[in-house]
This record gives sequence, structure tokens and C-alpha cells, in this order.
Amino acid sequence: MITLTWIELQKMFKKWRTYIGFIAIGVLTLIVQVALYYTGEKYLKFEMRSLSDSFIFTGKLFNGYLVANLVLQGLFVHIPFLIVLVGGDLLAGEATAGTYRMLLTRPVSRLKVISAKFFAGIIYTSLLLFWLALISLGGSLLIFGGGELLVMKSKLIIFASNDILWRFAYAYAYASLSMATVMAYSFFFSSLVENAIGPIVATMALIIILLILSAIPVEFLQNLQPYFFTSHMIKWNGFFDDVVNYKDIFNSVWILLANIAGLFAITSAIFIKKDILS
Amino acid sequence: MVGGFLNSEQIIEVRGLTKKFGSLIAVNNLNLNVYRGDVFGFLGPNGAGKSTTIRMLLTLIKPTSGDIKIFGESLIGKREKILRKVGAIVEKPDFYLYLTAYKNLEILGKISGANTSNKKIMEMLELVGLDKRYKSKVKTFSHGMKQRLGLAQALLHDPELIILDEPTTGLDPQGMKEIRDLIIYLSKEKNKTVFLSSHILREVEIIASRMIIINKGTAQVEGTVDELLKSDRVKVTFEVNKIQEAMEIIEDVTWKERFKSSNKNEITLELSKEEIIKLNKSFIEKEISVSAIIPVHSLEDYFLKITEGGEK
Repeated sequence: MITLTWIELQKMFKKWRTYIGFIAIGVLTLIVQVALYYTGEKYLKFEMRSLSDSFIFTGKLFNGYLVANLVLQGLFVHIPFLIVLVGGDLLAGEATAGTYRMLLTRPVSRLKVISAKFFAGIIYTSLLLFWLALISLGGSLLIFGGGELLVMKSKLIIFASNDILWRFAYAYAYASLSMATVMAYSFFFSSLVENAIGPIVATMALIIILLILSAIPVEFLQNLQPYFFTSHMIKWNGFFDDVVNYKDIFNSVWILLANIAGLFAITSAIFIKKDILS
Repeated sequence: MVGGFLNSEQIIEVRGLTKKFGSLIAVNNLNLNVYRGDVFGFLGPNGAGKSTTIRMLLTLIKPTSGDIKIFGESLIGKREKILRKVGAIVEKPDFYLYLTAYKNLEILGKISGANTSNKKIMEMLELVGLDKRYKSKVKTFSHGMKQRLGLAQALLHDPELIILDEPTTGLDPQGMKEIRDLIIYLSKEKNKTVFLSSHILREVEIIASRMIIINKGTAQVEGTVDELLKSDRVKVTFEVNKIQEAMEIIEDVTWKERFKSSNKNEITLELSKEEIIKLNKSFIEKEISVSAIIPVHSLEDYFLKITEGGEK
């Protein structure tokens, strides 16, 4: 199993498309960092204009933590686009290339093959989020330095400098789980077709539709929200509340895990029974 | 022709194999037997169900009904154990185009549990004449080179049974000969059993010991190539220098009913071996030079007869 997963990773990282996500995140983060480097103070003043008359803020509020938080909030919606590029290709790519005929005539079970591919997809997702953490948090701390973290939600929260890193660590870990769910959906769609474009479009369409439905202020749709996986994907933000609602977060973690496990089971069942005609 | 002997050990045993795609019956109640050491020719026109059968033998698709035993064990229960001893090319060999020939073999070999040492992989590449291109990505390979790499991957784990689906398709005449020689070598020298699907009938005629012809998913005939081609009369073409004089001899009642066609300096007849000698003697007696006697009876005639018959 380890050998198979390692082989899948080797195949994955020999493909150009695998690096698109890393390059895109690197470039976008760098652009945000450069932009904030020159206009960040102005941005902070603008955001806090209504409070500056009533409060005096001391210390260095414009720092690496703030930039990392802004990057995470800004890019999180778009990372699924990068995940599906690889997830959608995991199975359909083999069908398109005709390599199933080589791969599935080997003395190894289909369950092992699909598990290896799935694990490789999860590892890719984790690496992508690790890369995001490294350059958005690590890079921003190097460029802008540390300090207190200012979070602007429905209220203004300022976290002490010794109360921040663990929040980021959990947020990135949770974000990895969210993106693993996206990967699982694209993996599922990938098992249904023989062209990688289909799963990419289908996964993104599903995410967009669910996000739109979540945003419509109709009671019926609002009641459906807890059943949309997209509603649970954004719970990483909960680690930046003054009092973290662990119950709510763990509930979402279980829902996302159930989505992943369910999708893997369905995909495996489809894949094992599938006639290879490509 | 290689093999040609019947060993009692059955390597492939197919009973009542059927595959339906909706209302289409791709393979219908197929039975076949392949014995150790056989080069087994699997013949049929396009759409006859050859590739579907091969895909079922390799577990790429599931039969609707029927039973497949390979090495005496059921393919359903012992899939992995069986496939460890099987090497195959299914239709055109498709590889990971973005990887080198070497890396493709290494990956596929590792999955098969084969020896993937540098020496072994280079040996295989040398066997198929690709050792000098081991670093090249497969996307730069011609179809023929991919076909040869396909053979290398099929042989890498030293399988006992080699299943080849149209292995010479897309190769130039030299490449075709090399592959045929390799199949003969594998059968004769390495005692491999080869299941060979081909649309090149001459190929099967040359290298197969036994064969089956299928049409519309149904087996038409099965047996040794010798048995199937055995006939009292064969079609031969005489190449002569005096066609008029030769035709006068053919006008004789003895030969007239054997006559098939003529053109320029060629006369084609259906004759027994004794009759060929007799007619040749008659030509020589009349001072007609015979520059060639070309047999035109072949597996192709037989194949067409069988498959057309099947269609009727």
C-alpha cells in the first residue's frame, strides 16, 4: 500500500498540473504581501476608522499574523479550484490516457489501487495547505514581523501574541480537512467519467451552487444549510473567535469526515465494479 | 509455426463465457482451451469479441456469465495470484506519457512485484530495442516504439502466460518480424504460453500452434492450425511463359473443373499435391516454362469462409 501510494505521488508530481496550485498560491500570496507592504497601514486605518475616535490602539497591529489571516480568508474560497485540478484527474486521467489497461491488469486489487490514489490526493491537499501556511504565515512573519492579531468579525477581537500560533495551526489543519472533502468530491466525480474536465467542472459547480443556495435568505434554504458540506468547510474561522466553540467545530469535523468516508466508499464500490472499456 | 504440441496442462480454460452490454451480446457462450507451450491464435473480424474476451481474461471487465480458469484456478477467487504469472498488452499500449520509458517500466514492475533492478529493466529495454532511449519520455515515442515498450512491460515480471492483443499493429515490416521472432523465441526457448489475438492471419499461420476463430462473439472453430488448414486441395498459381499454350492444356477436361482464374502469365487452379506435380509435368512436356508455383490457399481463405459462413 505504501509502495502504491508512493508510486501515485511520483506520477502526480511528474505532472505539470500538480504544480499549478503551488504556483498560484505562491504568486497570489506574494501579490497580497507586496500590496499590503506598501498600503497595509492605510488599509488598517480605513478598516478601523469608526473605532479610532473612541479607542486608542497601541502596539504593532499591522503585522504578519494579520496578513496571514487576510490571505487565508481571501484565498480559502479559491483553493477548491486548485484542488479539483488534481482530484478530478486522479481516476479520469488514467481512463483518458488509457493507462487503466496497464494498471489494472497488475496483481493488485482495485481497492488497493483506488486507496493509494485517494491517499495520494489527501497528501497533495495537505501539502498544498502546508505550502499556504508556510508562505502566508511564515513568509508574512518574516516580512512584517509578529505582534497581536486583530480579527474583524461582528466584533473586533485582539489576540495576545502568545495566543495566536495555535489558532493558526488548528485553522490550517481544519482547512486541510475542508479541502480533503473537496478532493473527495472531485475523486468521486472522477470515477464516473473518462475525462478529467467533467469532474473538475462538476465539483466546482456543486460548490458554487451550494454557496449560492446558502447565501439566499429564504427560510427553507437556511434550514438546509447544515446539510451542505460547504457550510462546514468555513468553520476554520471559528478558531479566531475569542471563545472557540469546540462543540460546533467538532460537529462540523465529523460531518466533513463522514462526507469523505462516504464518498470514498461509494467511489470504491463504483471503481471495483467498473468495466474498463477505455 | 511454434509449439505444435499438446500438453495436457491447461493454462486457460474458458467455459460458457458471455458478456452482454445492454442488449448487445459481445461474447456469446465462448469455450476455449489453451495448453502449456501453446502459441494460441485468437482470430476474428473487427467487432467479433476478441478484445472483450481478452479484457475478461485480464479482469478488466466482468463476464455476464461463464467461468474462466487460468493455471487451473478460478479467475474470480485467485485474481491476484493468477495475474502475478500473466503479462499482457491490451489493444494499443498506452503509457504514462510524461514519464520516461525506464520510469514506466519501473512503476509497472513494482506494482507487479517484479525485480525492478536497473539491470533487469535495462535487459528488458534491450530485448525490445529501446535501451538507447531509456531516458526519453514516452510522449516522444512512435507507435511502434510504444508497442515494443508494451512487450517489455508484459515480460518484465517473467510471466508464464503472455496475452498479446494485436501486438504488431502499427509496426513496419521489420518491426513486425522482430516481434514475431520474439514471440517464437519466448515460446520455443522460454517455454512461455502465448495467447495471441491478431487480425494479421498470416501472422497466426506462421507462429501459432493452435487457434480459434470467433465471429459475433461466438466460436466458429477451434483446433491446431494444421488441422484447420488441412485440405486435399490447395489453391495454386502457376507462373508460365506461354499463357496461350498453357490455357490449351487447362482446357482439357481433367483440369477444366479445377480452373479458377488466369491473367497475363498466371493461371490459378485448385489442385491436390499429386495434381500439381502432374500439371507441372504436362507444362514441361509442352515446353512451357514454369517460373513459379505459388500456393494461395491460406488461413485467409479459411478465415473468410468461416466468418462469412458464420454471418450467413
